[in-house]
Amino acid sequence: MANKVNQVYLDYAATTPMAEEAFEAMLPYFREEFGNPSSLHRFGQRAEAALEEARETVARHLNCDVEEVIFTSGGTESDNLALRGCALARQRQNGANHILISAVEHHAVSHTAEQLAHHFGFEVETLPVDSQGMVSPEEVRKRIRPETALVSIIYANNEIGTINRIDEIGKICREEGIPFHTDAVQATAYLPLDVNRLNIDLLSLGAHKFYGPKGIGVLYLRKDTPFISLQTGGGQEWGRRSGTPNVPYIVGMSAALKFVKAHQDLWKNTLVRLRDRLIEEVLAEIPNSQLTGHRTQRLPNHASFVFEGVESQRLVALLDNEGFACSSASACKTGNPSPSAVLLALGLPRELAMGSLRVTLGKDTSEEDLDGFIRCLKSVIARLRR
Amino acid sequence: MNPSSKIVVVGMSGGVDSSVAAALLKEEGYRVIGVMMNLWSESGKENANRCCTPDSMRVAKRVAAVLDIPFYTLDVREQFYNRVVSFFIEGYQQGITPNPCIQCNRYIRWGALLDFALSLGAAYLATGHYARKVLDEHGKYQLLRAKDQKKDQSYVLHLLTQADLARTLFPLGELTKEEVRQLAIKFRLPVAHRNESQDLCFLAGEDYRDFLRRHLEELPPPGPILDTQGNYLGQHGGLPFYTIGQRKGLGISTGKPTYVVSKDVARQALIVGSKEETRKSAFIVARVNWISGFPPPLPAEATVKVRYLSPLLPARIHPAENDCYQVTLAEPYSDITPGQAAVFYQGELCLGGGTIHRVLS
Repeated sequence: MANKVNQVYLDYAATTPMAEEAFEAMLPYFREEFGNPSSLHRFGQRAEAALEEARETVARHLNCDVEEVIFTSGGTESDNLALRGCALARQRQNGANHILISAVEHHAVSHTAEQLAHHFGFEVETLPVDSQGMVSPEEVRKRIRPETALVSIIYANNEIGTINRIDEIGKICREEGIPFHTDAVQATAYLPLDVNRLNIDLLSLGAHKFYGPKGIGVLYLRKDTPFISLQTGGGQEWGRRSGTPNVPYIVGMSAALKFVKAHQDLWKNTLVRLRDRLIEEVLAEIPNSQLTGHRTQRLPNHASFVFEGVESQRLVALLDNEGFACSSASACKTGNPSPSAVLLALGLPRELAMGSLRVTLGKDTSEEDLDGFIRCLKSVIARLRR
Repeated sequence: MNPSSKIVVVGMSGGVDSSVAAALLKEEGYRVIGVMMNLWSESGKENANRCCTPDSMRVAKRVAAVLDIPFYTLDVREQFYNRVVSFFIEGYQQGITPNPCIQCNRYIRWGALLDFALSLGAAYLATGHYARKVLDEHGKYQLLRAKDQKKDQSYVLHLLTQADLARTLFPLGELTKEEVRQLAIKFRLPVAHRNESQDLCFLAGEDYRDFLRRHLEELPPPGPILDTQGNYLGQHGGLPFYTIGQRKGLGISTGKPTYVVSKDVARQALIVGSKEETRKSAFIVARVNWISGFPPPLPAEATVKVRYLSPLLPARIHPAENDCYQVTLAEPYSDITPGQAAVFYQGELCLGGGTIHRVLS
C-alpha cells in the first residue's frame, strides 16, 4: 500500500500495545467463560473466581486489601470517582469545602475539581509547581486547612514526566488527617505503588498505559475513607461502583500488571539509558531546544521538549510523515493547539510552549529507533525553522 | 512521470469535491496526504463555520480512513484572522466590498497550506476547485476554466502565480459536478451534508452587517443619502452597512425603485439612483496578477467577470496609470463594486485579474 511506511511508535504515554499475555488471558472470558460474576451457577462462579483472582493480583501490587480495589472503566473514571466520591462525602460529613490540587494535574482531575467548584460549592486551590513541574510537599502542608476535603497530586505527569514526592506529600496529608489521592496512571509501569509506604488513600490506574486493554482501570480506596458512590445499581464492588464487572478486561489488566512487574527492573535500566541518550543528543544537536520537566526525577520512558520557532502540530505531522509517531504535549489534546496549561505552569512563555514534543519509549523501543528518530528530528526541525 | 514516488497534499474539507479529488489522486498512484485547515471562527460559532465545523472535520477524517491516507489538521486560525478577517473588516471600513475568499486562497491555501505541504515533502498541493491547469508550448502554466462551466472556480484562483501553479493540481477540472457526485458514490466516500451556499465561512450564516457591528473598531458615522444629482434624500446608518445595487432597507421613499449606485467615502455619502444608473461600463482595476507573469498585448479584447457569479462580459483592457488597467465593457453592467475582483478571460483561458479600484462611468 502506497501510504504504509514503517512506523516507529514513540508515544507510549498515550497508550501502549497490549502484551500478548494480557490478550491471551482475556480470550476465554469472551467465549466459554462468559458468566456474570454475580450469578450463582457454575458459569457465574468461574467468572467470579477470575474477577477475584485479578483483584488479588492488583491488591498485591498495591500492598492493600482486596476490599480496597474498585474496578472502573479507566484512569479518567477513577479520577472522577476519587474526587467526586470523596469530596462530596467529606462535604456531607463535616462540611469540608476545600480541594487542593496541583497546577500539573491531568484534566480528569482538574476539570472534575472545577466542576465541584462550579456546581457543588467547593473552593479549589491550585498549588504552583517549580520550573521542573514539581510540587513542593511543604507547600502542601502550608495550604492544607481543617476544611480541606481532599488533596490530589499527580504521581508522574503525563506531559513532562516529572515524578512528585508522593511519599512525603502522603505523609503530610496523613499527619493532617486529610484524604490523599494520586493519579498514578503514568506511573504504574515504572514506579513503586505501595499505598501504605506512600501514605496514599486513593489512587487511580488505567490498564492501557501498562500494556493492558483500554477501557479498564482501578480506583484504590483505603478502608474508612469517606466516600459516596456515583454509580448506583446492583451494588457490585461493595456498592461503590455498580454495574456488571467487565471480566475479560479485568483479567487482561491483571495479566498486564504481572507482565510489567516481571519486566520492571529490566526496563528501568534500558529505558533510562535510552531516555538519557535521547535527551542529551537532542539538547546537544538541536539549537534552541529545552527539556521540559525534571532532568532525573522523571519517568524512565519519558522525554519532553520545547523547540523555539516550531509549532508542535506541524512538528508531529512531519515526524509522522517520516515514520515516527510522537505527540505534542498530551494525546488528549490533539486538535486543540492552545498551549498546554502544564507547560505554562512551568513558567514557559506561550510561544515556546507552542513548540512542545513528547517522546515516550516502551518495551519495543530500540537503539536503532532512536538513532533514526534523532536524525529525523534534526532535519524536520531545521525544515520547519526555515 | 511516475506518480507513485510523488507526495500530494490534498486540502480537504469533508465536502464531496475535495474528497473525490483525494480519491482520484490516490487511484492515479500518488502518495496522498490529507490536510484540513482549522480556520478562524468567532468564539462560540465554531459549529457554523462553513469551511471547518467539527462535523466536517469528522467527515474529512472518515474520508481519509476510507482512502487509507494519512490526515493532519493545520491550525491557521491566527494567519486566517490576520490575513483574511482583518482584510474583510478593514475593506468595509474603507468603503469597499472585499472578497475574503480570494485573500484566503492567496495567503492561506497557497500560503500556509502550500508551505506545510512542501515541508511534508509534497510535490504538489491539490484542491477540489473546478479549474484546469495546463503547461503550454512555451513552458508556461495556464489556468483554464473548468470543463463544468457552471461550477468553474477560476475566478477565485486568478491570483495564482507561475510558481503556485507549478505546485498545484486540480483533479476535478475535467469533471462535472454530477460526475464528481457519482465518483463519490463509486469510491464509497462519506461526505458532509452541507449547503452549497456562497456565504463567507467565518460569518457562520449570519448577515455580514451584524458581524461588522461587533468587529468594527468604531461604528461608522451616519451620513447623507444623495441622488446622482446631489439632492439630499435622507440619512444612512454607516456606509459599510450598504452594498452596491442594494434596494431594500434604504429607508427613503422616492416614488420609484431606488438602488445604491456608489459610495462617496470622502463625503461619507451614499449615492442612489435608478436601475439604469447602476449600470456602468468603465472601471479601473488595480493590483493585477497576470497568470503568465506578463500582461497580454494591450489593448486586449477579453471577457471579464466582475463578481464570482457574474456572466463573462465582453470587454477591452487598456493600460492605465500606476500599474492599473482600465476596462471598458461592450455593454454597461449593473452593480460593479469596488473591492471585488475583476477577472479576465480569453476563451477558456484565465489571463489573471485584480481588484476593482474605481468605477468610472
